[in-house]
Amino acid sequence: MNPIGAALGGAAAVGLLAAVVAVVVPQRVRAWAAGVGTAVCGAAGLTAGIYALSGTTFFLTLPALLPLSGVTITVDALGGVFLAVTGAVAVAAGVYGIGYARHGGDGRVVQAVFPLFVVAMLLVVCAASVGTFLVCWELMALFSLLLVVAEHKRRPEVAEAGRWYAVMTHLGMVAILAGLLVLAAHAAGDSFPALRDAGRHLPPAVAAVVFVVTLAGFGSKAGILPLHAWLPRAHPEAPSPVSALMSAAMVNLGVYGIVRVGFDLLGGGPRWWWVVVLALGAVSAVYGILQAAMSTDLKRLLGYSTTENMGLVLVGVGAAGMFASGGNRVLAGLALAAALLHVVNHSAFKTVLFLSAGSVLHGTGSRDLDALGGLRTSMPATTAAFGLGALAASALPPGTAFVSEWLLLQALIHGLPASGTITAIAMPLAVAAVALTAGLAVATFVKAFGVGFLARPRSDAAENAQESPASMLIGMGIAGAACVGLALLPGLVLPAIGSVAGRVVDSSSPMLADAVTVQLVGVAGSLSPLMLTIALVVAIMLVIGVVRAVAARRARRAARLWDCGAGPMSARMEYTATSFAEPLQRVFDNVLQPETDVDVTHTRESSYLVEAVQYRRQVPDRIERRLYRPVLALVAVWGSIGRRLASGSVHRYLGYGFYTVCGLLILLVVTR
Amino acid sequence: MSALGVVGGVVQPLVVVAGSPIVVGVMRQVRARLEGRAGAGIGQPWRDLRKLFGKEPIAPRGTSEVFRFAPLVLVATTLVVAVVVPFVTTESALDPVADLFAVVALLAAGTVALALAGLDTGTAFGGMGASREMTIIALVEPTLLVAIFALSVRVGSTNLAAIVASTLDDPSRVISPVSLLAAVALVVVIVAETGRLPVDNPSTHLELTMVHEAMVLEYAGPDLALVELASAMRLTVFLGLLANLFLPWGIATSVSPLAVLGGVVAVTVKVTVLGTALAVGEVFLAKLRLFRVPELLAGSFLLALLAVAASFFLA
Repeated sequence: MNPIGAALGGAAAVGLLAAVVAVVVPQRVRAWAAGVGTAVCGAAGLTAGIYALSGTTFFLTLPALLPLSGVTITVDALGGVFLAVTGAVAVAAGVYGIGYARHGGDGRVVQAVFPLFVVAMLLVVCAASVGTFLVCWELMALFSLLLVVAEHKRRPEVAEAGRWYAVMTHLGMVAILAGLLVLAAHAAGDSFPALRDAGRHLPPAVAAVVFVVTLAGFGSKAGILPLHAWLPRAHPEAPSPVSALMSAAMVNLGVYGIVRVGFDLLGGGPRWWWVVVLALGAVSAVYGILQAAMSTDLKRLLGYSTTENMGLVLVGVGAAGMFASGGNRVLAGLALAAALLHVVNHSAFKTVLFLSAGSVLHGTGSRDLDALGGLRTSMPATTAAFGLGALAASALPPGTAFVSEWLLLQALIHGLPASGTITAIAMPLAVAAVALTAGLAVATFVKAFGVGFLARPRSDAAENAQESPASMLIGMGIAGAACVGLALLPGLVLPAIGSVAGRVVDSSSPMLADAVTVQLVGVAGSLSPLMLTIALVVAIMLVIGVVRAVAARRARRAARLWDCGAGPMSARMEYTATSFAEPLQRVFDNVLQPETDVDVTHTRESSYLVEAVQYRRQVPDRIERRLYRPVLALVAVWGSIGRRLASGSVHRYLGYGFYTVCGLLILLVVTR
Repeated sequence: MSALGVVGGVVQPLVVVAGSPIVVGVMRQVRARLEGRAGAGIGQPWRDLRKLFGKEPIAPRGTSEVFRFAPLVLVATTLVVAVVVPFVTTESALDPVADLFAVVALLAAGTVALALAGLDTGTAFGGMGASREMTIIALVEPTLLVAIFALSVRVGSTNLAAIVASTLDDPSRVISPVSLLAAVALVVVIVAETGRLPVDNPSTHLELTMVHEAMVLEYAGPDLALVELASAMRLTVFLGLLANLFLPWGIATSVSPLAVLGGVVAVTVKVTVLGTALAVGEVFLAKLRLFRVPELLAGSFLLALLAVAASFFLA
């Protein structure tokens, strides 16, 4: 029997079983059932993905399962990357969920839906017909929506986030549906091979419509500007293991969709498609990280960082498309490999970050960075995990994202001599955008880690923090180990990713990677993260040794901090996340347009004496304000006009029915 | 890993560690003389370091391992850069690490360690320094990478050894518009990264103006010695990088002792000349307001972008 089929079948069976068990069993063991089920599902998905990456393919049709179109499933190497990533994230999130669920969020529905969400995500990348794909996509959207609104009874803002998510995800679904239906209308059937045949011979205008419409749909799932509005709302409000699954696995499927439709089904397409993708990616990356740098809500910050990272991935995808349409297959392979590696890396570090943010929430009850601090003593394991994730996210050696951003920059730099004025303008700007993103990401994660975990506690909640239970720490540990592995030994995954990228753009693998060094093929460039890390460790050892030999051998004496002689400092004197980000906010004043209010209350006796000063600062999402507010206002007006039709009189409603039927009959008579 | 690379990997860190306090001493002496003071002599930074290493180590209350580990990371990252960048020999001891991106990111990692240490103290000064330093580094990064882009386009690689070797092969490239624009952009960036005037004043302890000094305010004794040594090394490494990216002549291309000695002398002379020029420039400059610094960096970013454009359109 095909190992992929067995693994996928196993994942689906375990997922369904876990869902049923979670509904049936009492509350005590519910989290265990759901968590273990999810982890096993994930492990099965990971296995299937690894088999797919090693060259095995799998094909299955179940005509009876779905009316009209039937279910068609194909697993190829491109799907394998996303299968493996989704599976791996689910393993960590599942184990973590066991401990997390015990403290709220262990309702029957939520726990039952948790494994089903993972199964739906696994099936999306296996779907090989329009009908199957859309059904799986919709299942994924619905399950994730149920999980997002898990805590809606306790916190009213969850319901609002849920509404945003529901509307945006379904608008995205409509766009994808429309795009794929247009494509299927020109094909012999709705299976992907039929679409692939048709996609190469489509009239350019139709192909462009299909691409742009599906790009909007998939882009909104990936959190790309300007359709990102749901992401920084839904990710913070969902329970943390769900945030991790959404941010590290679900958004990837947007990228999967763009690559699948753009490269695979439509066969590349003209250059301007990919210029659009690249531009959207670059703008999303910079805007996302800028908003993250301003956020003081830990999980909102991570949500915006997801927009940033998906932006970077799309820069890679867009560059790959540009190179491929210019005929430079080697560079296209390199850029796509960089994008796919960044997908994998982002999943690893974002899982760690969301899980440890959940652990902070669990231990302190707060996500507000301005109220945290000093967690390193009370929550050492969580601090270590978040520190590791922050290093991995900030593109510094020896971090995880450093390797993929290095690859991305190599692809962009070597693209300049390749061809064309548009490339010559796009590549330096893309490099600048990636670089600005990298710089801001460093500032953002220094803020998140330094303010949130170091220094002194800024509130009682942070002072009395408790370390999380073992299962949560194990979940973080699994994801953390993946981060370390990807950072030091990218050679473990790069050959597989390189060959997938090469196959998608019809080229050979763009790089050779042995255990130590990543060597590019076709262009000059090599990097060895392992060697770099070893050199760093050796250098640190050397410095310690020299300091021991040279410095005075005296014990470390504890001393007062410099407090200007004014006695012990209070926590209110510390820099907060808001004050840390203030210089950046001033620098990017024109982009962010922050709103500040200062209310000064004077004493009654004299207007020269101040009684109280109140200061409020808000950094609103500008795109949301400019783009969504008018649309929402328009919808509200439309709704209030519509209400005039509904006066409450039954006779009137019967009348509407009557006139509609008459109208239809007349229409039929006229058109026949 | 060639013999030449190994020789470079051993000689370079020794030269950088031994020479960087002297470079700082020379710069201070030049400044002092131009300002009409006698100055403390070029050996003063080494005397300061000896004094600091002899003092007892201090652990301010409320700080953690992050605070104690940061100076080590700062020195170690600079040391690795000193090993891999071709200062004395054209080949690198660890060729797959001698990538311009990796080197820049390593130096940034050192700064990040120090910023975290500043935040770890939980004092207002530490947070202020960290916040300002991170703002500057976030804005420096684009300029730095785009300037690297401009330099690597003509070589087709971001490997430092390859860039240096290609300049040695074709000296006419040095006076091309690409090189000149990129050089000016890099100078501004290096001034910002090493915390010199007009971005930061290394000799100030005035709360309104401190950046680097605010982060390291809590360090004393051997820890402070490491921080001081590291910032001198960073300055030297950046100046050496600037010198050898644009004027690599004198660098050793063979293992003979004479060539290596020549390489050492050449890099010493180049860094000293650049350091002196920087010190002379500082005498005539006032510190910029913190919120004017982004304008300076935006200007240098534009120059770097022009350099890339020139590399394409003038090629």
